[in-house]
Amino acid sequence: MEQEFTITAFSENSIGLLNRITIIFTRRHINIESLTVSQSSIKGVHKFTIVVSATLEKIEKVVKQIEKLVEVLKAFYHTNDELIRQEIALYKVPTEALLNSNEIENIVRKNGARILEVTPDFTVIEKTGYKNETQELFELLEKVSGTLQFTRSGYVAITKNKHELLTQYLKEIDSIKYSTN
Amino acid sequence: MESAAIKNEKKAHKQENMKKVTGSEAVLLSLIEEGVEVMFGYPGGNIMPIYDALYDYQQKIKHILTRHEQGAAHAAQGYARTTGKVGVCMATSGPGATNLITGIADAMLDSTPMVCITGQVGSPLLGTDAFQETDVIGITMPVTKWNYQVTKAADIPGAIAKAFYIASTGRPGPVLIDITKDAQFAELEFKYKKCDGIRSYIPVPRPVNEKIEEAANLINKAERPLALIGQGVILGGAEKEVVAFLEKAGIPFAWTLLGLSAIPTDHPLNVGMLGMHGNYGPNKLTNECDVLIGIGMRFDDRVTGDVKRYAKQAKVIHMEIDPAEINKNVKSSVAILGDVKETLPMLTEKVKANLHHDWVQEFKKCAATEYEKVISKDLHPEKPGLSMGEVIRRINENAKGEAILVTDVGQHQMVAARYTKFNNTRSVVTSGGLGTMGFGLPAAIGAKLGCPDKQVVAIIGDGGFQMTIQELGTIFQTGAAVKIVILNNDFLGMVRQWQQLFFDKRYSSTELINPDFLTIAKGYCIDGQRVSKRDDLDEAVKKMLDHNGPYLLEVKVEKEGNVFPMVPAGCSVAEVRLE
Repeated sequence: MEQEFTITAFSENSIGLLNRITIIFTRRHINIESLTVSQSSIKGVHKFTIVVSATLEKIEKVVKQIEKLVEVLKAFYHTNDELIRQEIALYKVPTEALLNSNEIENIVRKNGARILEVTPDFTVIEKTGYKNETQELFELLEKVSGTLQFTRSGYVAITKNKHELLTQYLKEIDSIKYSTN
Repeated sequence: MESAAIKNEKKAHKQENMKKVTGSEAVLLSLIEEGVEVMFGYPGGNIMPIYDALYDYQQKIKHILTRHEQGAAHAAQGYARTTGKVGVCMATSGPGATNLITGIADAMLDSTPMVCITGQVGSPLLGTDAFQETDVIGITMPVTKWNYQVTKAADIPGAIAKAFYIASTGRPGPVLIDITKDAQFAELEFKYKKCDGIRSYIPVPRPVNEKIEEAANLINKAERPLALIGQGVILGGAEKEVVAFLEKAGIPFAWTLLGLSAIPTDHPLNVGMLGMHGNYGPNKLTNECDVLIGIGMRFDDRVTGDVKRYAKQAKVIHMEIDPAEINKNVKSSVAILGDVKETLPMLTEKVKANLHHDWVQEFKKCAATEYEKVISKDLHPEKPGLSMGEVIRRINENAKGEAILVTDVGQHQMVAARYTKFNNTRSVVTSGGLGTMGFGLPAAIGAKLGCPDKQVVAIIGDGGFQMTIQELGTIFQTGAAVKIVILNNDFLGMVRQWQQLFFDKRYSSTELINPDFLTIAKGYCIDGQRVSKRDDLDEAVKKMLDHNGPYLLEVKVEKEGNVFPMVPAGCSVAEVRLE
C-alpha cells in the first residue's frame, strides 16, 4: 500500500549530491512531493528532508540506496506519526483590503498567522502549519481579498526521538579515526 | 635549541616533499603513486595538457592508445578484472567522455574498479555550451560509484587519491574525475597522500556475530542446502575461504556468470552455472533446496527468473558487502553483511562437518539428464554443421583450463560460460549486468596487457565483433597476443533465438551479411584462418594457441543453433527448458 513517508538524509556538503539523490527516486518512478535542503544542527552536515508517497518496501530499498552514496552519512525514513513537521507559507494581499474591513485581521488572528510587512501597496502574511492548514488560509484569503502572491516551502521535520538520530551515529564513527578529505 | 633544530629539519623535509608541478603532471604523479603501470585512452583538445605531460612519463606509465574511447573503457575493465588492480582510462571532454559511458555503466553493474579521467573545458567556459563541453558529471552520475569535477590544480592529488580509494574498496565500481583544462595548466605544490578513509563512506560493514550464529544454525539443520557463488568471492579474494566452507559443510555450489572461475571447475561440489542459460540442476533444484546461501552475489533477475516464484520454500542466507542488495530482489531470512573473506571463516568455524550425499546425487541426476538432452549434442554433435559447444570443447582440450576467457555478449557467451573449464580464479572477463555487445575485443586487450604471461582467448560473435572491430588496430599497434575466436553464424544469434521461440520466427533485422573477417585482420597484419569443417577444427585451435602473436580464428558455426537449457523470461527457475 502506498503511503506518505518522510525521508531524512544527512550528508557532507558537496556539489551534485542533490542530483545523485533525486536520480534514485527518478529511476524508480517515484515523484518527490516536497524537498528541503539546509545545513543541519551539526556543523558541516547537510540535511535533506524529502516527502514521497510509495510502498514501505520501495522506501526501504530507496533509503538504502541513498545511504549507499559515498557522501551520505545516514538516511532514515519515517511515517507521518513519527514526526513533527511543518511548512511555512507566505501570502501577499493588497493593503487596501486590510484597511477596508477587519476581516483579514480576524482571519490572520484565528489562523495563528502573522503579518510580516505592510507597505502602502501590499501586506505580507506568514503562516506555519500542515499543508492543509496553509492551503485553507490561502483559500480564505483568496475569497476575501484575493492574493497577489502565494508561496509555500516544503516540509521541515523533526523526529519524536529525544535526540537527533545522527548524533549517536556520528559519535560511533568518530570513535574510529577518519580523515575528512 | 633542540626543538628549533627539529623545526628546521621538518621545514626542510616539507620543502623536499613539496614539488611545484602543473596540474597535468600532478595527474601522472598521482597515478604513479597509486601504482598505475598501464592505462588506456584517447587524446583530444581538452586533455592535451595531460597527454603532453605523459610524454615525459612514458617509461613509468604505459599508455595504450585504443581506436575509440569505448575501447579504452572496456580494456581498462579487462585489465581490472584479470589483475584485481584498478583499471584506468582517459579521454577528452565532450564526445570523448560520452564514448566512455557504455564502459562505465558496464563497470558499475559488474562492480569493476575503474578510474576514468576526462578533460573538461576551461572553468570560465563551464556551462556555456563551449566547444566539446558536455556535463559529464551530470551524465555519469547514475553510472558511477562517485564522480568529481576538479577546477583547481591544487585539488588534483586529493581527488585522485579519493577516486582510487572509492573505486577499489568495499563493493568496487567506476569513478570519474573530470579536470578542467585550466586546472591542467595551473601549478600546484605536489604532495601525495593516499586516501585511507572517508567519514561518510563505510566500504565494509561490520559483521554481526549473532547473524553468523543464526546462519550456522540454519545450515546445520539443512538437509538440502545450496550455495550460490558470485563475483564477491573473487573481488574479496575469498576463493580459499569459500572452498573451506563448502567442503566442511558438504554443500553443493552453483556459480553465477561473474562467479565463474572462483573455484576450479572440476571441484566435486560444483553443480554448474545459474541463470537463464545456466545448468539444469542448479536452476531446477533452487526451488527444491531448503537453505539457499548467496555468497557475494546479488540475485540478479537473470539468475532468479520470476522472483515471485524463486526459492520460496527455502530459508535464504545472504552474505553480501553492499547493504543495499539485502532484500532488494530476494528477501533473506538471515543477512550477513561484510566482506566474505572475513565472514566465511567465521561461518565455517560454526558449521558442522557434513555430507549431503543424497542431495548432491540429485544434481548428478539432473546433470545426466542435461548431458543426454543438451550437452552431448553441443559438445559432440553428429549433425554436419559445427556447434559453438564443440569449438569450446576443442579450446578446453588444448588450453587445459589455463587460459583466460574473454567473451562478448550473446549465444557464444552463454556457450563459452557453460562449457569452458577453469583452473584459476579471475579467468573470466565477460559483460554480465549490462550485456554489452562490443565488450569482448577491447576487454581482451586489457586482459592480455594485465596478464601478459597468460593465454587470453576472446570468444566473440560476428555481431559483437563488428561493434568494436576497430580495436584490431590497437592489437596491431601493441602486438597484444590476443587469440580471437569468432563464432560466426551470420546472425545476431541470441536475438534470433528469441525471435524463433517467442516471436513466431519473424527474423526482424537479425541476419547479417558479413565481411571477410580474415581480410580485415590481414589489413592489420593479424594472422588467422577460417574453419567450417569439423575435421579441421582441432588443428586450427592448436595452431591459434601456439601462434606467436595475435591470431584470428573464424569458425563458421551452424546458422540457427539455439542455446539450452533456458529459463524463458517471466518463468520460474523450475520451469527451465531443455529443448
